[in-house]
Amino acid sequence: MTPSRIFNRATPYLFLAPAAIVLVVALLYPIGYLTVASFFDWRMGTPFADSTFNGIDNYLWILKDPNFRESFGVTMTFAFTVVVLEMFVGVGLALLLERPIRGMSVFRTIFILPMMIAPIVVGLIWRYMYNPQFGILNKTLKEWGLPAIPWLSSPDWALPSVIIADIWQWTPFIFILSLAALQSLSKSALEAARIDGASEWQQIIHIKLPLMMPVLVVAALLRMIDAFKVLEVIFIMTNGGPGLSTEILSLQIYKTAFVSWELGRAAALSNFLLAIVLVITIAMFLYTKIRDARLAKAQAAAEAY
Amino acid sequence: MRRYSATNTAIYYSVLICLCILSLGPIILMLLTSLKLKVDIFNEVSTFIFMPTLSNYVSVINDPSLMRYLGNSLYVGLISTGLTLVMGCMAAYALVRFRFMGRDVVSLTTLLMRMVPPAVLTVPVFAIWTFQYGLSNNRHGLILIYVAINLPFVIWILQSFIQQVPIQLEEAARVDGANPFQTFFLVVLPIIKPGLAAAAIFTFRIAWNEFILALVLTNRATRTIPVNISLFLTEHNIDWGRLMAMGMLIAVPPIIFTFVASKQIITGMTAGAVKG
Repeated sequence: MTPSRIFNRATPYLFLAPAAIVLVVALLYPIGYLTVASFFDWRMGTPFADSTFNGIDNYLWILKDPNFRESFGVTMTFAFTVVVLEMFVGVGLALLLERPIRGMSVFRTIFILPMMIAPIVVGLIWRYMYNPQFGILNKTLKEWGLPAIPWLSSPDWALPSVIIADIWQWTPFIFILSLAALQSLSKSALEAARIDGASEWQQIIHIKLPLMMPVLVVAALLRMIDAFKVLEVIFIMTNGGPGLSTEILSLQIYKTAFVSWELGRAAALSNFLLAIVLVITIAMFLYTKIRDARLAKAQAAAEAY
Repeated sequence: MRRYSATNTAIYYSVLICLCILSLGPIILMLLTSLKLKVDIFNEVSTFIFMPTLSNYVSVINDPSLMRYLGNSLYVGLISTGLTLVMGCMAAYALVRFRFMGRDVVSLTTLLMRMVPPAVLTVPVFAIWTFQYGLSNNRHGLILIYVAINLPFVIWILQSFIQQVPIQLEEAARVDGANPFQTFFLVVLPIIKPGLAAAAIFTFRIAWNEFILALVLTNRATRTIPVNISLFLTEHNIDWGRLMAMGMLIAVPPIIFTFVASKQIITGMTAGAVKG
């Protein structure tokens, strides 16, 4: 007899109720509210009830706004650069350092530290390191006789500087994931390749990378989602400046709402950002579903064999 | 088994140690700066030799408003963690054992809620908490939103732990006359302790580190420490020593968690990538 049959019919609902209520009240309702608010001309100081419906005006305004276009470009550049570089460095390091290691758990612990501390503190540390006069980076450049770099104060350097900080913080994520993927690869495939005389490179290109691919795709998509969520580190380092050179969308949402007090427009911007992340998330979900189905099929085939 | 030469091993470990230095360097720099006097910080020649001083920490600890913000951070972090765990493991248990909702639906909604950028929540949460719930400038408002943003992930993580609990144990408890709640609290919960610990660390860390929602939802009295730090960052005359001491205060709990439970943290972080 299965427990589900023994259990009282109401029990599952009782167990689910608290979480469901909180999620509806504090997450689903606000997101629904956001969608409605994006169709209203709503400013800080007026209650939402007194604001006027203005159809898709907020969205039209956003599309015409050059600031939005610039911010959108910055966001895309940031997200793609960060993911591509982190994937290259992280996977590269994992391939380089894959072997039985004494004390690996200590190394891993050290590598995840940058991800664990508050983004606000990460921003603080990097802002300090980028300081033009006494920051460690420019001091070192000076000691080597090289010209100082205007890290956060020049529009050309600000975005790369912010990207460097993100790479420092998140490359270990990719590294640890790829290392785990590498160590769980089937030994027999690699053994067979080695016996057939495949070089290190051939093993990497033809066996290791293809076999790791399922994990790598999901890792890249997860990082992409997180890259669109970034806010605090940039808020602290540059607050979007100089000009709009580092103003990613999430920062523009915050500023539109709480600096310019245009709540309706901020809501429309939020919906836009939400739509981007939604597409990536659904892509990721479908990918894992297809992957799992394929794996199950392969397993069934192997067992039948 | 392949063999590695001594030079190979030496190179290998030096690469690893370089990576550790890269990873830890900025954090150590924060620690060192927090121990420096202003004159040492503004010295334009880099030097590792200086008189360490605790004066920055002393000034932080002697500031009553800062201690209050620290208290707020702890209060919000601990209570939201406790609530999230209780609600999360009950929900996860129901979803695993009763199967009245498709598992795909659950994992997709969890994933969807997990991806919502915090910035997107600022506008509606600020408006609803202020005008409808009467929870703005109130620590409990912050707790409510932290529970909500952490729940999906906690449910997701705990589901995999609960699946590993042998169902025979629960059946045995049932036969002995335990009701569903007793089975859950006395049989299932003790077995999934490692999962609960991992979930607790995740939740507390997110509540402890969170900034933007706290910035929007709190005032002078209810502020948390991360919000307070941001207010110290002006264009000029930043007191870096004191700021870094505050930064250390925020960074220390997550660092301790990392050393205590790195294995669980890595499992939690990679859970999404390894299986859907």
